[in-house]
Amino acid sequence: MKILVCISKTPDTTAKIAFTDNNTKFADAGVQFIVNPYDEWYALVRALELKEAGLASHVTLVTVGGADVEPIIRKALAIGGDDAVRVNADSADSFFVASQIAAVASEGGYQLVLTGKETIDYNGSSIGGMVAELLDMPYVSLATKLDLAGNMASMVREIEGGEEKLECALPLVVSCQKGMAEQRIPNMKGIMGARTKPLTVKEPVAVDALTSVVGFELPPAKTGVRLVSADQPEELIRLLHEEAKVI
Amino acid sequence: MVLIFAEQADGHIKKASLEAVYYGSKLAAQLGTAAEAVVLGSADAAQLAALGQYGAQKVHHDNNTAFDQFDAQVYTRALVALAQQCGATVIVFSSNTTGRALAPRLSARLKAGLVNGAISLPDTSNGFVVKKNVFSGKAYAQVNLLTETKIIAISPNAFGATAGTGSAEVVAAQLPSAGGRIRVTGVEKVSGTVPLGEAELVVSGGRGLKGPEHWGIVEDLAGALGASLACSRPVADAHWRPHHEHVGQTGGAIAPNLYIAIGISGAIQHLAGVNRSKTIVVINKDPEAPFFKAADYGIVGDAFEVVPKLTEAVKKMKGLA
Ligand SMILES: Cc1cc2nc3c(=O)[nH]c(=O)nc-3n(C[C@H](O)[C@H](O)[C@H](O)COP(=O)(O)OP(=O)(O)OC[C@H]3O[C@@H](n4cnc5c(N)ncnc54)[C@H](O)[C@@H]3O)c2cc1C
Ligand SMILES: Nc1ncnc2c1ncn2[C@@H]1O[C@H](COP(=O)(O)O)[C@@H](O)[C@H]1O
Repeated sequence: MKILVCISKTPDTTAKIAFTDNNTKFADAGVQFIVNPYDEWYALVRALELKEAGLASHVTLVTVGGADVEPIIRKALAIGGDDAVRVNADSADSFFVASQIAAVASEGGYQLVLTGKETIDYNGSSIGGMVAELLDMPYVSLATKLDLAGNMASMVREIEGGEEKLECALPLVVSCQKGMAEQRIPNMKGIMGARTKPLTVKEPVAVDALTSVVGFELPPAKTGVRLVSADQPEELIRLLHEEAKVI
Repeated sequence: MVLIFAEQADGHIKKASLEAVYYGSKLAAQLGTAAEAVVLGSADAAQLAALGQYGAQKVHHDNNTAFDQFDAQVYTRALVALAQQCGATVIVFSSNTTGRALAPRLSARLKAGLVNGAISLPDTSNGFVVKKNVFSGKAYAQVNLLTETKIIAISPNAFGATAGTGSAEVVAAQLPSAGGRIRVTGVEKVSGTVPLGEAELVVSGGRGLKGPEHWGIVEDLAGALGASLACSRPVADAHWRPHHEHVGQTGGAIAPNLYIAIGISGAIQHLAGVNRSKTIVVINKDPEAPFFKAADYGIVGDAFEVVPKLTEAVKKMKGLA
């Protein structure tokens, strides 16, 4: 049973968010890029654990992006995975990326496709569901646990105000979040080994994007905090009631 | 026609769906078309008609109990069938956990452009441009939907919903329900409080509270306000509080009317989950804590002294003490 893990590149969580070119491009000068935390900490690590437990035979990583994502996919390979595929195309939109992933998944006969909950830059939370629909597979989103017994997957997923336990036979697409696994720090052996792991570059299948981002804007800045003395907490409650009108 | 997915849980329409219906009806008015909702599975008849109060003219209801278990694949087939039958041009969801499983599937099936996490009505002056949250609440993107059919999943709490008068016409629908592969084996609800994502008031604690044994003061304040509880990541990681209370970049993202942060430093990854809150109050003993920069109101002081006094003041205001 082969697992496909979707890996994306995102700015570091502390990166300054600013835009250039008349607010149409993210200002990436000097920004550090990382593997999207949900993909790395949860989807990838859980896939590796399943393989280590003998429940999967092979873990492939897939990313859609230009040559600039190679350091990111190598970083992910340093944590683990047998090989990687890079689809050589800029990610035009979620549907475009999902179509590329679905093509790789069906060619390779993967029984389990794992994505992160969302990218921390676009926050689309969309690609997993789109891949599932394109492959006509069931989809479990926002999973916090994933186990396998032969062909049967059992999962826990977040629902409003609680959680749901569910089961489904493979094949299956799952989006992963906190709870699924613990973050792993790559070791020297992993980092050295990642350099020589097979990384196939594939040309994209032709699909049209369904959306385009036409611009960005920053939220209005806060006007500054209004401090209330620690001796007069009732003044804060009055302000929340009469001025902010939230209680 | 604007078709709005209204979700039921245990027969009740979810609050996030009322907001979606309200948004959908505003959108339909803007586009000069009708707003119709769809409900799958068992639902309270009065609540179906009451969707009219939020602007739905018609409610398509398929009461097949097969829909009482959620399977995104099965729901998608049903919604695609209905959308095609009634010629929906825009389909609206809440971007809650269910919406985030469904909207992308419909988008891929119908080749309909999707904006997930929308915070505005479309600007149709040049295309069909909807604003959405990006960079974990640190910016907005303007997304142009290029396709004839469009899908919008709105960010919970971004609009609110105001009930008016009116009653929707409820029509029975018979939609495909076969082929489900997912079997739900159990549901565990966190009892008592409002789900964090839907809460209008949230009281949150961080490492400044020193240990789980000190959460009583936080719970008392939340209790007096009728607020839900949240926490920072280290607090959940140390098992002082359950994981579902963790908010931030890697936890839940929330947008309540009021967020009170107690003993939380305000790291950028924490702010990513809470910076869309309408009013932020910070209680921290360190005047240099970064959270004060993102706050509307603040008290520099020791939580152990300040918080019980706040609780008393709330009770006094509400006439409870
Ligand atoms: C990739 C990544 C993702 C992350 N995701 C998240 C996330 O989702 N959510 C999250 O919260 N964090 C996240 N973090 C961690 C984040 O960087 C911070 O470490 C964390 O938010 C700090 O938690 P804290 O504010 O509770 O603790 P601290 O930073 O230790 O702050 C404690 C605060 O309490 C104050 N204090 C102490 N005693 C008192 C007192 N008696 N009265 C009042 N105030 C007091 C102190 O002045 C201090 O400001 C992430 C980090 C990384 C690298
Ligand atoms: N360019 C990409 N290449 C490969 N996988 C991606 C890419 N973008 C997003 N993903 C995967 O899809 C998930 C959800 O992304 P999104 O829908 O953009 O929030 C991410 O957590 C990744 O696992």
